[in-house]
Amino acid sequence: MNQSLTLPKIIYMLSIFAFLYAPILVLMALSFNSATYSIVWHGFSLKWYHALFQDVNIWIAAWHSIILGVLASIIATILGTLTAVSLFRFKFKGKKLLQGLIFVLIIIPDIVMGIALLILFSRTQIPLGFISLLLAHITFCLPFVIVTVFGRMTGIDKNIFEAAIDLGASEFTILRKITLPLLLPAIIAGMLLSFTLSFDDVVISYFVSGPGFEILPLKIFSLARLGLKPELNALCSIVFVTTIIMVISAQFVLKRKKYA
Amino acid sequence: MKRNNTFKLVTISAIWLWLGFFVLLSFCMIIVASFLTSNNDTVFALPLTLHNYIQTFSPIYLKIFLKSFYLAILCVIFCLILAYPFASILAKLNPKYKDFLLLLLMIPFWTSSLIRSYAIIAIIKTKGILNTVLIGLGIIHHPLQLLFTNTAVIIGLVYNLLPFMILPLYANIEKLDPKLVEAARDLGANWLTTFRRVTLPLSMPGIISGTILVMLPAMTLFYIPDLLGGAKSLLIGNLIEYQFFIGHNWAQGCAVSILLTLVMGLMLFVYWRSSEGRQDQGAFK
Repeated sequence: MNQSLTLPKIIYMLSIFAFLYAPILVLMALSFNSATYSIVWHGFSLKWYHALFQDVNIWIAAWHSIILGVLASIIATILGTLTAVSLFRFKFKGKKLLQGLIFVLIIIPDIVMGIALLILFSRTQIPLGFISLLLAHITFCLPFVIVTVFGRMTGIDKNIFEAAIDLGASEFTILRKITLPLLLPAIIAGMLLSFTLSFDDVVISYFVSGPGFEILPLKIFSLARLGLKPELNALCSIVFVTTIIMVISAQFVLKRKKYA
Repeated sequence: MKRNNTFKLVTISAIWLWLGFFVLLSFCMIIVASFLTSNNDTVFALPLTLHNYIQTFSPIYLKIFLKSFYLAILCVIFCLILAYPFASILAKLNPKYKDFLLLLLMIPFWTSSLIRSYAIIAIIKTKGILNTVLIGLGIIHHPLQLLFTNTAVIIGLVYNLLPFMILPLYANIEKLDPKLVEAARDLGANWLTTFRRVTLPLSMPGIISGTILVMLPAMTLFYIPDLLGGAKSLLIGNLIEYQFFIGHNWAQGCAVSILLTLVMGLMLFVYWRSSEGRQDQGAFK
């Protein structure tokens, strides 16, 4: 039933999208506005970006976030892909429990996971800083990789694996020659999405970070608490555009390969 | 099949070790910690006590819970009102536009909600865009004081969580059989009756899962009141944050989190029951 689009419907949809996107577009516009406090347009200027790039602390925090995001997304993708493959192919004891655990991990409020990990790290003497952040980020990225990869696996004909086994392929050969090539788009998408999750996480990182290792989202949070600042508008615009590029690439990879 | 053993064993034990340590063990630790006592010398101390739970029913805590709950319910209602028509229109669109529009909805889902909350400040502050436009149009004469109020917190929450309501609703409404609506219309039901008796009950699982996805963050996203609300706007999330970083009462913070998790469990149970009910009706159909 393809209903025709009437004008009120179009206006309604446009206003919802305007609501979702206007603030962020205004933020980006303001980052190029030469006025300091006013929202009135005083002319195009790159001076806030210039000021931003002079700030060493921002560079350090950004570098920390990138390293953290890359490592967390790679490890989460490897572990998550293997988990999705096992969940799809094998029957084993406690499979339902494992699936339940992954589901809980997706739905549990970030703050509960943040304090759970904080208590775990403090009880097991894992120092708060890079290592604790890395372990936490891998943990919250895992379910998203598993879901993305598993979603693609359901489109694979299981007989392929039977055929490979009959032909004498070892489990490693099956993984290398069949599973990984078929899943590659989902694996790349999972990795990109993990990176964006890690790069943007505030709540969990807030609990498990230490004073010695500052990351970008927490830096942004501490600056944003002080109110609107043009340099911060510039920083937020850069982070936002980076994330959008990642998300669109992930969608593109997933969509394109499906029909190839 | 013996041949699978090594690969299967390694992957399954790896994921179990990881989730067992970082999820099961850490969650067990919160449960235990919620029955301990925190004081200035040690983070946790014996003896086991119910004090933390009893404390959560004291008037100060109860007030925060009720307020947070109230804000979250308002947020759910606003999201539902905005999202339902949107999801219905989207579900019936030509697939050509659908993919693109869904992508536009997914982007806020993945991008930093902190940055998007910060972006609202420029819109609603006293000399912000909204007031400038409204005064310019002659609709109001004095700027609205929105920033640092509860209204700002609601705006921030709805703005951040709207996609979480739209997506499950869309997924649900898209699967509804349009023949049921046609049948109802053929049998003489008007638009309102059809909606009330057919569409709405059938989309209940979507409404409930959207509600769960919106409600939990709406009670816990502590940085939204931090940025947009005054000090008076406390969510359960702000309370937990306070117990951990300022109040030095981790055990109390754990007890609050456990209660929050129980609320989540209850909502999931309701969702599970309602989707079971749907399936029964589906068999009947």
